[in-house]
Amino acid sequence: MTTSSKKRGRRRLSGPILTLVFSVISLVYLYPLFIMAVNSFKKKAFISRAPFALPTDSRMFAGLSNYQLGIARTDFWMSLIYSVVITVLSVALILLCTSMCAWYISRVENRITRALYLAFIFSMVVPFQMVMFTLSKVANTLHLNTPLSIPIVYLGFGAGLAVFLFTGAMRSVPLAVEEAAMIDGCTPPAIFFHVVLPILQPVCVSTGILQAMWIWNDYLLPYLVLDVKRYRTIPIAVQYLKGGYGSVDMGAMMAVLTLAILPIVLLYLFCQRYIVSGVMAGAVKG
Amino acid sequence: MNHAIRRYWPLFVLPTVLAFLIGFLAPFLMGLYLSFCQFTTVSDATFVGLDNYIRAFTDPSSNFLHAMWYTALFAFLSTAVVNLAGLTAAVCLTRNIRGRNLFRTVLFMPNLIGGIVLGWLWQVILGGVLARYGKTLVTSEWYGFFGLMLLTLWQQAGYMMIIYISGLNAIPEELTEAASIDGASPWQTFLRVKLPMLMPSITICTFLTLTNGFKLFDQNLALTNGAPSGRSELLALNIFNTFYGRIGWEGAGQAKAVIFFLIVTGIALLQLRLTSTREVQH
Repeated sequence: MTTSSKKRGRRRLSGPILTLVFSVISLVYLYPLFIMAVNSFKKKAFISRAPFALPTDSRMFAGLSNYQLGIARTDFWMSLIYSVVITVLSVALILLCTSMCAWYISRVENRITRALYLAFIFSMVVPFQMVMFTLSKVANTLHLNTPLSIPIVYLGFGAGLAVFLFTGAMRSVPLAVEEAAMIDGCTPPAIFFHVVLPILQPVCVSTGILQAMWIWNDYLLPYLVLDVKRYRTIPIAVQYLKGGYGSVDMGAMMAVLTLAILPIVLLYLFCQRYIVSGVMAGAVKG
Repeated sequence: MNHAIRRYWPLFVLPTVLAFLIGFLAPFLMGLYLSFCQFTTVSDATFVGLDNYIRAFTDPSSNFLHAMWYTALFAFLSTAVVNLAGLTAAVCLTRNIRGRNLFRTVLFMPNLIGGIVLGWLWQVILGGVLARYGKTLVTSEWYGFFGLMLLTLWQQAGYMMIIYISGLNAIPEELTEAASIDGASPWQTFLRVKLPMLMPSITICTFLTLTNGFKLFDQNLALTNGAPSGRSELLALNIFNTFYGRIGWEGAGQAKAVIFFLIVTGIALLQLRLTSTREVQH
């Protein structure tokens, strides 16, 4: 009796304490983003000199001038469009092609499909530096250096993870349903699109989220493959602000960083449940 | 069934396989071959045997050995720190405390921000803190090192927390109840019951953090870009700078990339074997 009441007492006590501790941690977590947003409204001299000061004084306050400069220097809105186009097209292509490929690999079992599966798994571990030089040359030769054609490169380099996640999920698709559809005279493409794909929908969501997070934030692949004089995605635009040799305009940098982070935070707040469960599902299978 | 599907390979597998050939397999094999060649573009390669490998290791200006242990230290330390933080947060935030969903949301958020953006963001903050002590991020390679550690902790702890939470939620309640009826303290229950059941999550999380640590590039590029004089370069950045920063070093860069690939693959395999043998079947 005494021990159980003691235990209960401790638990009741530690709940609010934990809430307090995590409230502090959460504030610390959000602080860098707050500092970034605050500094985007400060004159550049005060960003490096007094990064933690609020722009309360009119000498420090820069209004929207950092934003105007940053947007003009990086051509930010075009970068946003390129990033959206590349991410959406690549994810769509990856989901469509690799789900089909994974179904074939898990339904037709022979030496070739097994070797293919192993090659896909293998590609997941290989660091990008191993292929960066040759990949950029191959992509250049085949004219895969525009926002509309680079999704093919992403399909190739991202196929490993996607095929792996989809073949893992194939086990949960009941074979009996597919066989019944076959007996009813459905062709394999019809079975795939009408029977298999709807069952795979949750995996499509989690695979899509993982791939979108990667492609949206990817810097090196598009930097080496795309024609960067014409097409810059958001990470390339941010890095481009640094320029060749000169020092960085920190005011413009803070403004561009804020603009780069804002859409992601908004998207996260709206689709949080999908993103978190997508990451969970991807990790359990990975 | 099997037979009917088989002839549809041009529709089902060909697109992915072709892209895989272009985007991975051909560049990989060409890269392997080129590491034994002297070249500036793919077409002017001449075979030179192991020259590139020797140059990568012996030329002191290539900084390769330094980058290697610097990266290993970073990868192992960040794996320990990130997983400890993620697991602790997961244990606390699976308890029924007020505001836990909000805390989970906040802790996970930095993971969605890309490495380049993160690197610049932290450069300002860390620079601001260090300036008070008359130092900068590039005063020595260790400021950059701990900057990267902080950044990685901030970025990845929430991700690992989410994976650990799903692992903790999968543990059947009867098990922890049985343990507490048998008189186990919460700490004992955690060590003897929950932790062994969590081994699959630990395998995944350590695998992810360890390989991420070895492959880290964007954050390194944006935070210090290797300063001072290449001393804070991780392997990936060292390889990139060898390739694109020095004329005539493409071959050595490719040789370094092959060694990098072997290290990452070797460590990944070793790690998977080590932790997955400790998993309990349930």
